[in-house]
Amino acid sequence: MLDALALYGRMIGLSIRAQMQYRASFLMMSVGHFITTGVEMVGIWALFERFGNLLPWTLPQVAFFYGVVNISFAFTDALARGFDLFGAQFIKTGNFDRVLLRPRSTVLQLAGHEFTLFRVGRLLQGVIVLVWASQQLALEWDMARVALLVFTMLATFVFFYGLIILGAVMSFWTTESLEIMNTLTYGGVETAQYPMAVYQKYFQRFFTFVVPLAMVTYFPIVALLDIPDPLGTTRVWQMIAPTAGFVFFGASLLMWRVGVRHYTSTGS
Amino acid sequence: MVDAARPYVAMLGARFRMLLQYRAAAFAGFATQLFWGAIKLMILAAFLAANHQASPMSLPQIAAYVWLGQALLGVLPWNVDTELQEKMMSGAVAYELLRPVDLYAFWYARTMALRTATTFMRMIPMILFAGVLMPLCGLGAWALPPPVSAAAALYFLMSLTATVALASAITMLMHVALIWTLSGRGFNTVMTGLVIVLSGLTIPLPLFPDWLQPFLYWQPFRGLADVPYRIYSGNIGTDVALFEIVQQIVWSVLIVAAGYLWLSVGKSRVVVQGG
Repeated sequence: MLDALALYGRMIGLSIRAQMQYRASFLMMSVGHFITTGVEMVGIWALFERFGNLLPWTLPQVAFFYGVVNISFAFTDALARGFDLFGAQFIKTGNFDRVLLRPRSTVLQLAGHEFTLFRVGRLLQGVIVLVWASQQLALEWDMARVALLVFTMLATFVFFYGLIILGAVMSFWTTESLEIMNTLTYGGVETAQYPMAVYQKYFQRFFTFVVPLAMVTYFPIVALLDIPDPLGTTRVWQMIAPTAGFVFFGASLLMWRVGVRHYTSTGS
Repeated sequence: MVDAARPYVAMLGARFRMLLQYRAAAFAGFATQLFWGAIKLMILAAFLAANHQASPMSLPQIAAYVWLGQALLGVLPWNVDTELQEKMMSGAVAYELLRPVDLYAFWYARTMALRTATTFMRMIPMILFAGVLMPLCGLGAWALPPPVSAAAALYFLMSLTATVALASAITMLMHVALIWTLSGRGFNTVMTGLVIVLSGLTIPLPLFPDWLQPFLYWQPFRGLADVPYRIYSGNIGTDVALFEIVQQIVWSVLIVAAGYLWLSVGKSRVVVQGG
């Protein structure tokens, strides 16, 4: 186990060194990513400027949602590249055969495939927005709140990671990377940037019980903001809800196993 | 005259047919855009419900704006022709330079195909879904309404034609930028950001604060989405529609001229890569 972690660390380190060979390119991509992901916040700001509020939500509160989701997803987006490209780069090409031959778990190898550095652009804008929101809301960062924030972000990170693994599992059958999963990953980020309570009922249910996005973002963030939930949940529920993210991640790993067992090579 | 246009028309047709091959990608795109449109609409409707006096647009006008935006997403110049990009990287661009045609017009033709071919395919299911199926399912308030009048429909089609010309001209700027490989990529990223915000794709432009409106009015990107969509829904009246379309055309001509000049500078400093 420890051995695997050390190996993973080495793979990530190698990936960072490789990308640092092209410093100018890295900087440009990061700035670009900062801009293209940051425009969403411009939209949110403009809407609050126009309408005043989104009853009962205020701009700093929505910005808090935005910050937490973007920071967590930036990590997933950087660390799940191997699974994200799985259909196109491993299945279609037959490269997965080579992965299977190595005496290490497939999950470890794919997780260490690449650490996409320029996602720091999304991370940075998320951090800026979150710090601003936290100041505006005058939140007091005691141990309990810090712990809940870390728990929430970890849960969101593994939840999105699980979604991307599920996308990869599908390509065992389709041999293609499916753009359709982007609806749930990038679309999920887009959705969770606003409080779940502003959406229609069926939409809320879907993102609570089918794809547990609200469990890892909306509910714990309501507790972090220390406000009553318009959907009427209790504090205890809000604090344990993120556990669903880890369960979801575990389930996606099980599905991954099923997929690997189903795999028949396409290479020549 | 007809003979002279032949290579460009052939290029447009060939690229058009090629791009139509990607049906699976088109289906995935449809589902994604549907989802995206639904989220946007729910958020905007929630703001509207919170304070509807503050809105310069009605809900049906916003719905038309969002659904047309999703249906016509491919028209917007937010990406480049990846094949052209590869040509620059591999050095195959040398062959392009050797052709006995005007390079700008030749590339403009293939750019126009990029902006229209996949869009035509994606647009139809989107319009059927948002315009026909949703009202049938009792979601009429959220659906894509028909154009407010026959005149509005006519102006909308004229405006949309101008949009294609404008979008192709802006995409061409991005293609010319590719000649400067690395800084070109930076330029294109910034352009994408500008296009997304200033065309109205992030949120409809009239919903930006009032003090920003003069600036938002006098910039070319609104001709990519804001103008045709608002003509469609009647948010821009038929009395001023023609003036708006003239602006779209003027911007297109200016940007084509800029791209043409820039390409002639770029041509002299293309580095042919590869051996």
